[in-house]
Amino acid sequence: MAGVRLIDITKRFGDVAAVDGVSLDIESHEFMVLLGPSGCGKSTLLRMIAGLEVPTEGEVWIDDRNVTETPPKDRDVAMVFQSYALYPHKTVQANIEFPLKVRGVDKDARANAAKDAAAMLGLSEYLGRKPGALSGGQRQRVALARAIVRQPAVFCMDEPLSNLDAKLRGETRAELIGLHQRLNSTFVYVTHDQVEAMTMGTRIAVMSRGVLQQVGTPQEVYEQPGTTFVATFLGTPPMNIFPAGSIEPGGHLVGVRPEHLTVAADGRLTVRVGLVEHLGHEVLLSCTMNEDTKVVVRLATDSEVPTVGSEIRLDAWAHRRHHFDPLTGRRIGP
Amino acid sequence: MSSSGVRRKGDTKVAAAMLLPSFVILAGFVIYPLARAIWLGQQRCDVQGDNCRSNGWDQYIDVFRSEEFQTALWTTVKFALITVPFGLALGVGLAVLADRYVKGIGIFRTIFSSTVATSVAVASLMWLFLLQPSIGVLANVGWIGDLFGVVKDPGLLQDPGTALTSVAVSSIWANLGFTFIVVTAGLQGIPKDLYESAFVDGAGGWMRFTNVTLPMLAPTLLFTTVVLTTRAFQAYGEVDLLTQGGPKPQNSTTTLTYLIYGQESIIRNNEGLQAAAAVLLFVVLLLLSALQFRGFGKRVNYGS
Repeated sequence: MAGVRLIDITKRFGDVAAVDGVSLDIESHEFMVLLGPSGCGKSTLLRMIAGLEVPTEGEVWIDDRNVTETPPKDRDVAMVFQSYALYPHKTVQANIEFPLKVRGVDKDARANAAKDAAAMLGLSEYLGRKPGALSGGQRQRVALARAIVRQPAVFCMDEPLSNLDAKLRGETRAELIGLHQRLNSTFVYVTHDQVEAMTMGTRIAVMSRGVLQQVGTPQEVYEQPGTTFVATFLGTPPMNIFPAGSIEPGGHLVGVRPEHLTVAADGRLTVRVGLVEHLGHEVLLSCTMNEDTKVVVRLATDSEVPTVGSEIRLDAWAHRRHHFDPLTGRRIGP
Repeated sequence: MSSSGVRRKGDTKVAAAMLLPSFVILAGFVIYPLARAIWLGQQRCDVQGDNCRSNGWDQYIDVFRSEEFQTALWTTVKFALITVPFGLALGVGLAVLADRYVKGIGIFRTIFSSTVATSVAVASLMWLFLLQPSIGVLANVGWIGDLFGVVKDPGLLQDPGTALTSVAVSSIWANLGFTFIVVTAGLQGIPKDLYESAFVDGAGGWMRFTNVTLPMLAPTLLFTTVVLTTRAFQAYGEVDLLTQGGPKPQNSTTTLTYLIYGQESIIRNNEGLQAAAAVLLFVVLLLLSALQFRGFGKRVNYGS
């Protein structure tokens, strides 16, 4: 089993730097999630790990080998594509066997390996079918089976759940976590979905505009966001960022999550309620402060809910405030 | 028909009025000529094509059994057996070569597809000049003339052994642009992910070609095969311009269409026999297309 080391990776397409100076250590057996909005360079980074792209600068190491220029087949990686990339003319069994066939594994051995992989993913009864006769979730599992069949050191997954409906996505998420534990190999998983990232990753690498923003466990990136980007990207609704001096004295920005704001008669902030959303288990207040700053407050359902248009005063929990540099957006202090 | 499934009064008239224009065109340009050809096929006319009288429907069987028809059919089959597989292989090969993103690829694509804009007449004339035994380009490349005497004497188009192949080569060349364009379009419809997935799994160029490109191209290849086969069976211009069905007396390039239309054809003055041969060619092509679709049809449809 192997870890992945990215050293100062830059990838340019023409003048555009899709990935800009990213260094990242992915440990062996880790489930690393590359998270960011579309176009942030996370897929490009994954493709450089898989060997589908060669970095413009920097090095890719897998285990203790520099594989920067090594073709994918010599890297011991498998990749699951967003589209699944199944061969429509091959049966499920032939699809799963394909990586072994390429490697010249004899017929019986690869049939057995394919059957084992299919059994692990509950596909045994579909081995004779073609992908066209399968549901989206089943196709997705065939793609996973094809990836695990040759037991690679590193699994690269590019948004493998994004074509599934919400319910199936939830179930498959749990299956992937189970698969990671059983296979005990290194997963690198690209997504723009923070729920996937938070629930599946042992660590999350948050990217924006080709730059790595923060790497940490889901708790770390959520509770101690390293930049205002991370603070506002993770969490639904996102963290409120207050201008310097508005909530406490000083020249720094202050971030407060919606659940850490309370309605208080003597609160320091005065806001106007624009929208009240009852979501069953909670109530969200969308407010404006000084006309231009938006503030979202999360209240428990049993609390007193202000009416739309009213002015209320808010206070922020003292130990749940995050401080950021107004110029760089970087976190100040612990 | 109305949405409730009940036919309302007046619907039929509206429907008939809407169908009339296309029916008139179909009737005037397809149904009538076909019916007339079938009717003509049992007539016998004088050398001017006048004074036709019925010769009985047996004429079709007589024509089919005649040595001339059988020979022309076999010549046509040989012509198709050369032009279709080689034309297809060459078109696929060039399309695969040109299906990559390198600088200046557009130039090659334009060159490879240019024959689609070349008429049969121009293409045939060009090949006539290339193959001409005394002043032709090919005959004047020293080593070719030394190695293959036939190029100079009597000439590739004049030798009964090489004439059909030479016509076929010009036909392959003329159809190459079509094959290239259709296959290129087919290649661009193959998802890039399939290649990348195969690449990550370790498949080399040949494995990707046989496991991704060819099977994904199958519907395109079926279509191209059917079109090329039909074209081979209907090839006329190249035969007429290059060999006039000759060289005689073997008539080694007298294909079915040349037997039907050709100025040097043995039945050129008999409209009835020509029509009979034409209807028989139609039947042969119909059977052939049905066979091709039945044979490959099921194997090239992958569902979604």
